[in-house]
Amino acid sequence: MSAAAHAEHDHAHGHAHHDEGFIQKYLWSTDHKMIAMQYLFTGIAMALVGGFTVYAFRMQLAFPGMPVPGYGRVTATDYNALVTTHGSVMVFWVAMPVLIAALGNYLIPLMIGCDDMVFPRLNRLSYQLFLLSAIVLMASFYVPGGAFGGAWTSYPPLSAKAEYNLTGLGSSMWLFAVALEFAAFLLGGINFITTVMNSRAPGMKMFDVPIVVWMIIIASILFMASVGPLIAGAVMLMFDQQLGTGFFDPAKGGDPVLWQHLFWFFGHPEVYVVLLPAMGIVAEIITVFSRKKLFAYKTVLYTAIGTGVLSFFVWAHHQFIAGIDPRMANVFSVTTLLISIPVAEMVFVYIGTLYGGSIRLTTPMLWALAFIAEFLLGGVTGIFLGASGADIYFHDTYFVIAHFHYTFFPIAFIGSFAAITYWFPKMFGRMMSETWGKVHFWGTIIPFNLIFIPLFLLGARGDHRRIYDYRHFPDLMKAGMQDLRILATLALLVLLAFQVVFLVNLFHSIFRGEKAAANPWNANTLEWQAPSPPPHGNFPQGLPNVYRGPYEYSHPDRAEDYWPQTEPEAAKS
Amino acid sequence: MSDTAHAPASNDAAHGHDAHGHPDSFYIRIWGILLVMLVISVAGPELAHRVVSNETVAFIIVLFTAFGIAIVKAYMVVKNFMHIGVEKKYVGYLLVTMLILMGLMLGGVGPDVLRHEGHRWVNQAAKDYKLPGDAEHGAPHEAHGEPASPVKH
Amino acid sequence: MIRPIATTREMTGMPTGRLAVWWLIASEIVIFGGVLGSYLMHRIGHKEWAAASEHTNTWAGAFNTLVLLTSSLSAVLAHNAALRKDGKRAAKLLWATIGGGGIFLVVKSIEWTTEIQHGYTITANNFWSFYYTAAGLHGLHVIAGMIVMMFVAADAAKGKELQRVENAGLYWHFVDLVWIFLFPLLYIAK
Repeated sequence: MSAAAHAEHDHAHGHAHHDEGFIQKYLWSTDHKMIAMQYLFTGIAMALVGGFTVYAFRMQLAFPGMPVPGYGRVTATDYNALVTTHGSVMVFWVAMPVLIAALGNYLIPLMIGCDDMVFPRLNRLSYQLFLLSAIVLMASFYVPGGAFGGAWTSYPPLSAKAEYNLTGLGSSMWLFAVALEFAAFLLGGINFITTVMNSRAPGMKMFDVPIVVWMIIIASILFMASVGPLIAGAVMLMFDQQLGTGFFDPAKGGDPVLWQHLFWFFGHPEVYVVLLPAMGIVAEIITVFSRKKLFAYKTVLYTAIGTGVLSFFVWAHHQFIAGIDPRMANVFSVTTLLISIPVAEMVFVYIGTLYGGSIRLTTPMLWALAFIAEFLLGGVTGIFLGASGADIYFHDTYFVIAHFHYTFFPIAFIGSFAAITYWFPKMFGRMMSETWGKVHFWGTIIPFNLIFIPLFLLGARGDHRRIYDYRHFPDLMKAGMQDLRILATLALLVLLAFQVVFLVNLFHSIFRGEKAAANPWNANTLEWQAPSPPPHGNFPQGLPNVYRGPYEYSHPDRAEDYWPQTEPEAAKS
Repeated sequence: MSDTAHAPASNDAAHGHDAHGHPDSFYIRIWGILLVMLVISVAGPELAHRVVSNETVAFIIVLFTAFGIAIVKAYMVVKNFMHIGVEKKYVGYLLVTMLILMGLMLGGVGPDVLRHEGHRWVNQAAKDYKLPGDAEHGAPHEAHGEPASPVKH
Repeated sequence: MIRPIATTREMTGMPTGRLAVWWLIASEIVIFGGVLGSYLMHRIGHKEWAAASEHTNTWAGAFNTLVLLTSSLSAVLAHNAALRKDGKRAAKLLWATIGGGGIFLVVKSIEWTTEIQHGYTITANNFWSFYYTAAGLHGLHVIAGMIVMMFVAADAAKGKELQRVENAGLYWHFVDLVWIFLFPLLYIAK
């Protein structure tokens, strides 16, 4: 084709050509940063789904029987599907992709000073599997019977038999989506682990690796080591659903409690799989914004590893009222109470880091501090549930819901907002609006507490948590209980409304924000030595060498209060 | 993760493998030993079922010849075919950790699933359960080419 | 795709591909551990399963063990050839391994057909459910290993990417290992 003809061709099909470039650049890329963005925006989209479902079913709880604006009347089946989807989406399709996959993909190569993952195409495949899993899950809303409504834990026999759950196809699609998602994260996790093991910058020793990278790696290992039995269990449950086997059917000699064990053997380490990266994000942010070295780097690291190991010994505390052997309940009570020690230790270390620092209350710092405070509340209320005696009373009440959300909301949302606001300048080369960031912060934190403190109170009063319409239960409509439900729902509406502020700020800043310098926060870690945003290959000036640990802030020998990991000793000023 | 300095990159197949340059005959010998063990692991339980009348003794023979030998076979494959000995130490630790985790799972789940009654609880469904296969499918033993064994445990 | 520099670094002193295969094997141990652990608990808990397990064909299982052990031998010999940079011989031996996988699958399908014809389907009872699930999951790994080795053998024949011969071999040995335990669990213990 001659040049002229080509130009003409271009003119005629300019759009098509543009699309080709678009697909290659945005959808078929093997660049770790682009894959991270794919995970991040898929995660944000799924968070909207999760937010919409909670809106619909909380409205039903506060104003039972009334049509919900934008949804219509919530039937009992709808309610089950909405609750199930909310739980599964927020855990598997929001927290996991944003905290592990997006941040892991974005930060690991940059923070360890190399140009990409060691398996870039595997990385692309992992995102594609993840995307497929999200599509399968969403498609299950449109099949006969609708989406699965047997809770995100999917206990048989409810989940195993179509005549019980009434969603024969929907429940299998849910299971298939979850299994696909696990496969995606297994591939991604192996990629992360091998990348950090083999491709660190020259000179970067074990204790020069930033804590957040360590945390993502420990989380990936935990995920990999715990998910196997559940993958096996998912195959078994799928056969129970589709072929009529009886793995979990007592009438056929199976055992439903086995599924609960397989699920929670994964499910509890999973809590730490998402907690640890959030802890790592907070470590990065509080050191930068208190201009202090991380207090006790090795303690944080060993504590995280200890938490990971202990997290394998606690799973049956989810099953105290499932009829497990009471002597095992004793064992699991003790281990559960023990695991609060390393987590508390990490919180103390972070407070130690803040102590005496020159604290700058930027938006990311606010999120990081809020994480510590709110997660602490979640952790402390967990003690009640870890003790099997108290748990028997609390387990089926809203107390569990409130406890869970006081841990998971800080992890999945406060942690993610901290990370997005902190690394935004690097990701998009522009600054986010601080003012609107702070508006969003307060608009999220205050309603968050107003949602879940009422739920604690309701739970303590015995408010059962698996009820669609409380009007049928006069005991649970007594003095003020419905008012607390309405308060929680109204607070939820406020919280959801303030997320619009975040989205507007996010997209406005991506396109119109103030241009960011390479290192706007004066941070030490390697990603801030790359241009903002980093081009393909990350470090156009050549891959960096590392000379010191990541947290050398306010070093007495230096004029500047930071000391990048890449700066050789000779440059000491 | 090791603290070793950055090693020069290499796509060389022999990279870092000088330690296990066994001749082919070595692997064939290992294979021969594995086959002998396979014969024992099949013959042992067969003999136990046919010859030994004491159920406990038969059970112990099956345990050792079937599962004991499986463990030895697995060890030989891991050691000689997968060269775990010359691999970095943490690879072995990693695999053992995974096995320990499975032991932990069995330990935690066993009291509920393995047993059908315990301290003030009974899994009545599991106790009442009768295997349907036997009643429905008469005696397909001969057709299946395998004689029924006299000892059950 | 330009090969990133990250793929050429070897900070642990172990090639990245082999390191990843070890992690993959570790993650597979827990997957098979989940199935076999569940089976083991039920098997010990239900004495009556001994009756069902008598209908499995020990000879087919033993023959398949023989086939897999032999294919593992050819996989390790292929690795040995790759060490000597003899890509052609490595490829041939890999094809022998793939052939072993093929024989394994053929024997398995004849065995399963016979069993299903006798009414021992996956829903006959829980012993058979576990039997088909565990062996089926293992069979999928056999198929996956065969496909991977086809690509590796095609490259190795041209003398390219010889380090992959060992990685594919490691995975195959793992598949063999799983069968070494499946065989006594499903066939011998009666």
